[in-house]
Amino acid sequence: MKIIRKLSDKLAPMFSKSGKFEYFYYLFEVIDTFFLTTKDRTNRGPHIRDKIDSKRFMMTVVIALVPAAIMGAYNIGFQAYKAIGVDADFLMSFWKGFLVMLPIIIVTYAVGLFWEILFALVRKHEINEGFFVTGILFVLVLPPTIPLWQVAVAVTFGVIIGKEVFGGTGMNIFNPALTARAFLFFTYPGKISGDKVWTLLDNTKEKIVDGFSGATPLLIASNTEAGKSAVEAVNSAGFSWEQMFMGMIPGSIGETSTLAILIGAAILLITGIGSWRIMLAVLIGGYGSVLLMNFVAGPSTSGIFSLPPHYHLVMGGFAFGLVFMATDPVSAAGTNTGKWIYGIAIGVLAILIRTINPAYPEGMMLAILFMNVFAPLIDYYVVQANIRRRLRRA
Amino acid sequence: MEHYISLAVKAIFVENILLAYFLGMCSFLAVSKRVETALGLGLAVIFVLTITVPTDWLIHKYLLADGALAWAGFPDVDLSFLNFISFIAVIAAMVQLVEMFIDKFSQKLYTALGIFLPLIAVNCAILGASLFMVEREYNFAESAVFGFSSGVGFFLAIISMAAIRQKLRYSNVPDGLRGLGLTMLITGLMALAFMSFSGISL
Repeated sequence: MKIIRKLSDKLAPMFSKSGKFEYFYYLFEVIDTFFLTTKDRTNRGPHIRDKIDSKRFMMTVVIALVPAAIMGAYNIGFQAYKAIGVDADFLMSFWKGFLVMLPIIIVTYAVGLFWEILFALVRKHEINEGFFVTGILFVLVLPPTIPLWQVAVAVTFGVIIGKEVFGGTGMNIFNPALTARAFLFFTYPGKISGDKVWTLLDNTKEKIVDGFSGATPLLIASNTEAGKSAVEAVNSAGFSWEQMFMGMIPGSIGETSTLAILIGAAILLITGIGSWRIMLAVLIGGYGSVLLMNFVAGPSTSGIFSLPPHYHLVMGGFAFGLVFMATDPVSAAGTNTGKWIYGIAIGVLAILIRTINPAYPEGMMLAILFMNVFAPLIDYYVVQANIRRRLRRA
Repeated sequence: MEHYISLAVKAIFVENILLAYFLGMCSFLAVSKRVETALGLGLAVIFVLTITVPTDWLIHKYLLADGALAWAGFPDVDLSFLNFISFIAVIAAMVQLVEMFIDKFSQKLYTALGIFLPLIAVNCAILGASLFMVEREYNFAESAVFGFSSGVGFFLAIISMAAIRQKLRYSNVPDGLRGLGLTMLITGLMALAFMSFSGISL
């Protein structure tokens, strides 16, 4: 640490005003504060004695995402070996998945950081760890077979249109990772939806086992005919509830393992970084509307209406969106009452899209984006109501 | 009843007149700086749409459509080329009424809306809704529901945009994008979010 401190002190004049590399000051700053706490002190009180700044804040989220990433890598390999009928142990599967994930991560960070740094240098604002979170979130919501050039295009869209046009980290309205994914989803639907993209099938010489379909449990459930039980359809396709909870199912890289996501949720909740109000509200909204759907389910409704809540929660991206996407402090509602409204609406909408909209099997991404639109409005009215209440009290 | 509810949901969310058809953009972009003003314009648009669409339906059905004048003894007359002009006349008259009403009861809103209040008369969303009504062959009740819920769709879009823009006052937006440029981009992103409902068949 001392060496770094010395080096930093030595280099600082070169990057400061009228120094040789004045233009690259913010690049220097981001590396400096990555290793060392900032030397800036406030002149007057109140002085906050806490090392948690937005960098530490963001890195905690990245740490919380690690279990989901590991399970994701393992699951990529597990699904690929399962499709060709090979029994593989954890390390073998993990290694295969890791080799798939690595290029996606590299492309995401290379392209994203390029734009981030370019904007920061030209517009002279700080480079923030925000992109580390956005980047890893984005990787974890992609299918493993995504072409790398599409990753690059989507990250570019997400960083520029989703964030930088609003002025950078903390000022955006929409979650950049979800904006990037929604962009991919509507522009190249063939590579991000359906039943062909979730499993890696690179070796054409290997024989694919009989009965392999590649469809996600959610797709199977949403394709269940009217009057049939979606639970039976999912189970007979070889997915038990325990398997879905552990994450041994086809799906986007990080979303499959509810167990790993719950570990991440625990980290976010214990450190106080993720909002428990939003998480609980999404859960209540989702659970409640599934119960309602179960109630109206009959012989003429589509099979997914009868899917019980505990199945909905472990399938698709519900858990991942609930823990990591809905709680994004920038694009979510900021007031406490607003958080409840925002969360419940996300849960209800996600289930509504899943059950009622035949166009998309999954609704979590669009539900969160939709509520991002309304989050400022919710906040506005909550604040107005507070003002009115206080005026009346006065 | 169920039929009307699904028609309303469709007009508000699935085929939102602003975010799916991009009608009525001019007032949407211009009057979305503050939530209260946007609220006023939104309500005015709901009101005008709820009245004009059914009125236009009556005019179309009993005066202008092919064979509509059969009750007067002219079964071969087709005046539907007069659709545009008479719809616009109805809209203009309605807007005039709303304007006088707002002028009398809320001077503050009247000044805030300014030129955009009379400009509702040429708001494409209003004429658009009437033309959709003709094209989709709604009946009277349907056209009333459709007019009202198109207005609600516009209302939702404009107040949420106003809240977003109020929040963006604290953002460090690049110079070239301040104002309309960014608003256009946000409209696009909002339309992306509203696509969550496209595909719902009601």
